[in-house]
Amino acid sequence: MTDILRVQGLRKAFGGVVVANGIDFSLSAGDMHCLIGPNGAGKSSFFRLLLGEHAPDAGTITFDGNDITNLRSFQRIRRGISVKFQVPGIFKALSVRQNLEVAFQDHLNGQSLGTKIHEMLDFTDLHAEETTPAGNLSHGQQQWLEIAMAVGVEPKLLLLDEPTAGMSPDETRKTGDMLHDLNARGITILAVEHDMAFVEQIARRVTVLHFGSIFVEGTIAEIIDHPGVQEIYLGTADV
Amino acid sequence: MISSETTPRSLLARLEGPQTMGRGPVFWTAAAIAIAVAAAYPLMADAWTVGNAAYFLIWTFMAMGLGVVWGYAGALSFGQTAFFGLAGYAYGVITLNLGAAYGLTLVALILAVAIGGLFALVIGYFMFYGRIQGVFVGIVTLSVTLVLETFMAQTAGPQWRIGEARLNGFNGMSGMPPLTLPWFGDDIALYPGPSLYYLLLGLVVICYLGLRIMLNSSFGNVLVAIRENPHRVGMLGYDVRLYQTLAFAIGGAFAALSGALYTAWGQYITPSSMGLTSAALPIIWVAVGGRRDITATLIGTIVVLAGFQSLTIYGSQYALVVMGALLLVTVLAAPQGLVVGAMTFLGRIFRKDKS
Repeated sequence: MTDILRVQGLRKAFGGVVVANGIDFSLSAGDMHCLIGPNGAGKSSFFRLLLGEHAPDAGTITFDGNDITNLRSFQRIRRGISVKFQVPGIFKALSVRQNLEVAFQDHLNGQSLGTKIHEMLDFTDLHAEETTPAGNLSHGQQQWLEIAMAVGVEPKLLLLDEPTAGMSPDETRKTGDMLHDLNARGITILAVEHDMAFVEQIARRVTVLHFGSIFVEGTIAEIIDHPGVQEIYLGTADV
Repeated sequence: MISSETTPRSLLARLEGPQTMGRGPVFWTAAAIAIAVAAAYPLMADAWTVGNAAYFLIWTFMAMGLGVVWGYAGALSFGQTAFFGLAGYAYGVITLNLGAAYGLTLVALILAVAIGGLFALVIGYFMFYGRIQGVFVGIVTLSVTLVLETFMAQTAGPQWRIGEARLNGFNGMSGMPPLTLPWFGDDIALYPGPSLYYLLLGLVVICYLGLRIMLNSSFGNVLVAIRENPHRVGMLGYDVRLYQTLAFAIGGAFAALSGALYTAWGQYITPSSMGLTSAALPIIWVAVGGRRDITATLIGTIVVLAGFQSLTIYGSQYALVVMGALLLVTVLAAPQGLVVGAMTFLGRIFRKDKS
C-alpha cells in the first residue's frame, strides 16, 4: 500500500527542549494508526509540526506525494488533511447547523451543502440539536460535532488529538464505531490517544513516541507485550 | 454558469439569516414603517432640523463598518476615524481642485471612499499578516489615527498644499463644495436639508440591506466563525488573515464614506476628526446599540447620536461624561448592547404570543 504521509528526519527544539528528535514516520493510505507515549513524549508537538503550526528545524513532511513542509496550516488542510483537537474546537455561539455550514461551505453550496449537513447530522445523531448553540451541547456531542466538521470535507487524512478525552465509556465506544465507519469510507486516521481500550478498539498499528523519538512501532498486541513500553510508562521497578 | 450562491433570488434570501436579528413579516413591516416615517420626516420638520438629522445619518456608515470589523469579525478597531479623516480630506482636496461642475463631487466622493478603503486594506494587511491580534489591533489602529491627527495638525504653512487645496493645519480645510447632482440646466447642490437627507436615507437603506446580505453569506459565516475561534477556522482550510483583512477594508471603506459625506455636509474637515475623542465615540455608539447585530448598531447609533447632540446643548464636556457613563452601564449591565437586549425581549414576547 502506498504511503499517504511520510516524515523524514523531523526535528524541532524550543531552546534546550527537543520535542522532535529526528522523527522518521510513515503512514499507509487507509490505515488506522494510533500514536501513544507518556506525557511530554512529543505527541502533540508532532501533530503541530504535521499541521504547520510549528516550523521544523530540520526534516521534511510529504503528504500524498507532495512536500508540504513549508506550507501554511490552511494550505495543508486544503490538500486533504483534517484535524480534530483534544479540546473541542467548535464555534460555541453558533448553532450546530452553522458550525457545519462553515466547515463545508468552502467545498459545497446550495443543495449539495444541505445534503452534506443532513448526512453529518445523521452521522453524529445531532438532528434534534440542529438549531442549538454548539456551546450548549454535552461534551461528547461537542466532540462528535467537531469530528463531523473535520470529516465532512472528506479529507484523505484525519488527525485526531485525544478524540475521547472526557467522554463516558458509551460515548467512547460510539466514537470508535464512528472512526471505523470513516475509515471504511477511505479516510486514513492517525490518532493520539491515552485510553488503551480505545486504542485496542481502533488501531491496526501503534507507534510509541518517547523523548521526541519513535520508540517502537507494531500491532497493539506487540506494543502491549513490549517490555520497554511498560518501562517508559511505569518506570523501572527499584527492588 | 451562475451558481445558486449568486442569483438575485438567493441574494434576497440572505436578507434574513442567522447572522442578523429580525425576520419574517413583522420585522419587515416594522422596517418599512420606520423607513416611511423617516421619509415623511422632512415634511414635518424645518430644513435646519432635517439637515441635523442628515448629520446623524452620516455617522451610521462608520458605525455599521465598525460593527462588521468588531462585532462580526471580532477585531476591535479604535481607529476608524483614520479612514474617516483621510477620506474627508481627500474629498476636500479633490473637489477644491476639480470643482463641483458635471457631478464631479460624486466622483470625488467615490475616490475618497476608495482612498480610505485602500488605506484600510494596507493597514489591515500589515496588521493581520503580521499576526497582530486582540487588544493590539486596537492599539495599532488608535496609533494610526493619532499619528494622522498629529501630522495634519502641523500642516499650517503655505507649503502644505495639494494643488489649489491648502491643508491649513489645526484649523482644517474649509470651503469645499457640497455634493452636487448634475441636472439639466443647473446642478443641484445638496446643502444640509431635505435633498441631502433623502440621498443619505437612501444610502443608509442600501448599505444596511447590502450588509445584511453580506453578513448572511458564506463570507459573513466565516467572519463570525473567526470571531468565535480563529484557530479552528484556519484548521478548516480558510486563510483567516485574508478574511480579517477584507473585513477591515470593508469597515474602513464605510468609515471613509462617513468622512467624505461629513466633509460635503459641513464643508469643512479638521484634524480633530481623527483625535482621541472622535475615535472613542463610534465604539460607544456600536457597543451601546449592540455590536453583534447590524440592525442594533444602526438603531443604537442614531439614538445615541441624537441623545449626544441634545446633551451637547448643555455643554460638550458634560455630554462626553454621559457618553462614558453610558458605555460603562452597557458593558456592566447589557454587554450585548441595549438594542440587542430590547430586540431579544421583543422577540420572546412575539414568540410567546404565537404559541
